[in-house]
Amino acid sequence: MNAMTERMIQLGLLVVIVGGWQLGVEAGVIDVFFFPAPFDIMKQIVAWIIDPGFYRHVSITLTETVLGYVIGTALGVAAGVWLGLSRGAYRILDPFIKALNAIPRVVLAPIFVLWLGLGLWSKVALSVTLVFFITFFNAMQGVREVNPVVLANARILGAKRSSLLTHVYFPAAASWILSSLRTSVGFAVVGAIIGEYLGASAGLGYLIAQAEGNFDAVGVFAGIMILAMFVLIIDRILDIAEARLIKWSPHSTESRAT
Amino acid sequence: MALAVVKSATTMMSPDKPRPMVSIDSVTMSFGTFIAVQNVNLTVADGEFLAIVGPTGCGKSTILNAIAGLLKPASGTVSIDGAPVDGVQNNIGYLFQQDALLPWKTALENVELGPMFKGTGANERREQSMKWLAKVGLKGFEQRYPHQLSGGQRKRVQMAQALITGPKVILMDEPFSALDIHTRHLMQNELLALWQEERRAVVMITHDLEEAIALGDRVVVLAAGPCSHVIDSFPVDLARPRDVSEIKLDPRFMDLYRNIWSSLRGEVEKSYERHD
Repeated sequence: MNAMTERMIQLGLLVVIVGGWQLGVEAGVIDVFFFPAPFDIMKQIVAWIIDPGFYRHVSITLTETVLGYVIGTALGVAAGVWLGLSRGAYRILDPFIKALNAIPRVVLAPIFVLWLGLGLWSKVALSVTLVFFITFFNAMQGVREVNPVVLANARILGAKRSSLLTHVYFPAAASWILSSLRTSVGFAVVGAIIGEYLGASAGLGYLIAQAEGNFDAVGVFAGIMILAMFVLIIDRILDIAEARLIKWSPHSTESRAT
Repeated sequence: MALAVVKSATTMMSPDKPRPMVSIDSVTMSFGTFIAVQNVNLTVADGEFLAIVGPTGCGKSTILNAIAGLLKPASGTVSIDGAPVDGVQNNIGYLFQQDALLPWKTALENVELGPMFKGTGANERREQSMKWLAKVGLKGFEQRYPHQLSGGQRKRVQMAQALITGPKVILMDEPFSALDIHTRHLMQNELLALWQEERRAVVMITHDLEEAIALGDRVVVLAAGPCSHVIDSFPVDLARPRDVSEIKLDPRFMDLYRNIWSSLRGEVEKSYERHD
C-alpha cells in the first residue's frame, strides 16, 4: 500500500466519522446537548482562532507548560544524575521517592493553589511534579546504564570526576531524557490544564471549565480540539528539536545494537 | 611459576638489558570467594610485545584490569615503570574488545579526549588528533560519529585514541576478535607497523594462538580457571617486521604453534570439562 492510498483512507475515515456524526445530529438521532454538531464545534474553533483575546489563553497555557517542563526537567536531571551516581543516597531516599511518586498528582492541585494562589505558579508546580519523576527516572537509568567499558576507557584516558560528568554521564542521560521528551511534555500540558481547570482566570483549561459551567458542550468540545492541536504542534516542534540534539544516534529504525 | 625475562635480540640497540616496564608480582585476583587468577608473576620489558593466551574464562582480562588499575589485586603488587599501580592509570593505552568510543562524539572528538583530559590546548590537540586519524587511515572520516563507521574503522579510531597520549604501556584485550578475518589481518599489520615506529611495552590478551605468535615477542600460556596461573612462556624469535598473513606459512611459526598448542590444549580441554 503506498503512502497516497493510506492518506486517502485516513481522509475517508475522517469524513465518515465526522459526516456520520453531523448527519446523526441533523436527523435528530444524536442529542446536541451531549454531542454538539461538528459544524458548530468548527464554528466555535474558528471564532476563537480569529479572536485576538483567545491567544492570551493560549500563551498562558503555553507559558505554564514550558515553565513546568523546563523546571521539572532540570530538577529531574540533577536529582537523577546525583542518585544514579550515588548508590548510598539512592538507597536512603528510595522509599521517599516511591511514596512521593505514588501520590496522584491531581490531588496536589488544591494544595498548590493554597500555597501559590490562583495564578501561573500553582499550574507550573503541578506540571513540575508530573514532569520531574519521568525525567528523574530516565536520567537515573541513563547514568546507571553507562557502558562500563566506555567509562573505564574515559577514566584511563585521564577523565576526572567533573569531566566524566560532562563528557560521559550527562550525554548518556541526555539520550534517555530526549527519548522520554514526548511523554514528559504531554504531562507538562496535563499539569497546566488540570491546574487551570481546577481554578484559574485564564488559559485553555479555564476556557473548557467555563464552557462546562455554562452547559456549553460546543465550547467543551472545541476546547478539547484546540488542546489536541496544541499538543500536536508541540510534538512536531519536539521532533525537530530531537533530530537536531541527538544527531550522533542512529535512527530508531536502524539497529540500536552496539 | 616465576618467569625469566627473555628478550629477543632483534629489538634493542642498547647492549644492556631493557628495563622492566610492567612487573606483576605474585598477584591474586578474586571476586568474593571466587579466585580468578592466583599467584601470577610476569615481567614485561620496555618495548616488548607480550601475548597472553589461555582458555576462555581463565581470568586473562582481570590481569589487564589489574595493570590498568581498574581492579585491585587481592594480594600481590603490580607496578608500571617502577611505580606501584594504585587507582586508574593514565600513562597506559587500553584497547578494549568492545566498542569503547563515546557514541555522542565524532571520531575526531573521541581521539581528542586523552589530550583534552590532560589539558592540551584546543588547537594543538586538534592538530595531533587529525594527524593520528590520518595515521590510522581515517583521513576524511573526522566528523563521523561511531555509528556511522564500520567495525574496523571504529577499531582504528580506538587505536588512535589509545596511542595519541604516548602511553608507556599498551594493553589489549582481544582487540580484533569481533572483526572479520580479512579486516583482522589488516588491523594486525597496521598495529604492528604503528608499534614498530615507536616501540612500547604491549600486553595483549587473546584466545587466538595464531594472533599471539604472529604479533608477540613472547607468548605466555595461562591455565584454565578458576585459580588460573602462568604455566608456560615461549619466546617468539621470528624476524620483524612481520606480515601477519604470510608469517603463518613460515616453518618456524608452525613449530612454535605446535609447541605452544601442546601446552595450551590440555588447559582448553580442562576448561571445556568445567563449563559443559
